[in-house]
Amino acid sequence: MQRTYEIMFIVRPDILDEDLDKLIAGLEGNITQGGGSIKSMEKLGRRKLAYMVKKFNDGNYVLLTINADGSLVGEIERRLRVSEPVIKFISVRMDEEEKRVAKIKAIRATRKKLSAQPAATAPAPVEPAAAPAVATEAASA
Amino acid sequence: MADETSTPSAPSTSRPEGSGPSSSGPGGRPPGGRPGGPGGGGRKFFRRKKVCKFCVEKIDAIHYRDVRLLQQFVAERGKIVPRRLTGVCTTHQRGLARAIKQARNIALLPFAARY
Repeated sequence: MQRTYEIMFIVRPDILDEDLDKLIAGLEGNITQGGGSIKSMEKLGRRKLAYMVKKFNDGNYVLLTINADGSLVGEIERRLRVSEPVIKFISVRMDEEEKRVAKIKAIRATRKKLSAQPAATAPAPVEPAAAPAVATEAASA
Repeated sequence: MADETSTPSAPSTSRPEGSGPSSSGPGGRPPGGRPGGPGGGGRKFFRRKKVCKFCVEKIDAIHYRDVRLLQQFVAERGKIVPRRLTGVCTTHQRGLARAIKQARNIALLPFAARY
């Protein structure tokens, strides 16, 4: 079953740009071959780490958003663990969260409609007021 | 309960977050809860009612990537600030704690800041 995952990983800071590109390309190849698809790839650039990881104080952050099976994600995690330049990674499942947010947004949209309704009902009482006037006119006539 | 809420108000001021300087959100509640009302005499100053930042600003998804947002709810030493000090609602505090822990794992936030 295809699900949305976010995989963020940190590559060691002393890596060359072309090597980083090669690493990401290789990973993307693995994902597409494994039956997944890449939604977006973002290089967040060099950032200071909050704590020391493998004796590095900063790292290159890369964020991948993918559609994949759970087993494929396991495989990618294994590859990240094995690959030497990657010093840290995290994979987070996003689809449930996205669904929840979409639901909240939908609820909020309905609320807005409710707030718009009183404005729509406000002119409505005017019509009944006009209608009796017509009725009295009809009665008098 | 009154002691518990009033004592941590001092450390809360040290936090960078400016929106939650007032402690004990249910400021009006303790006098009502306690019929004797000794607490009512103790706290004469008015405390602003704390509100959940996420509810007010309509931040739906608390994401581990926005460090700026998460940092407001982390104390200087890297601890997650309790709900009672920040006024965040239960639902959002849960999401917040999860996001902070994920951010710690990927070295965006420290587990413990060194002094």
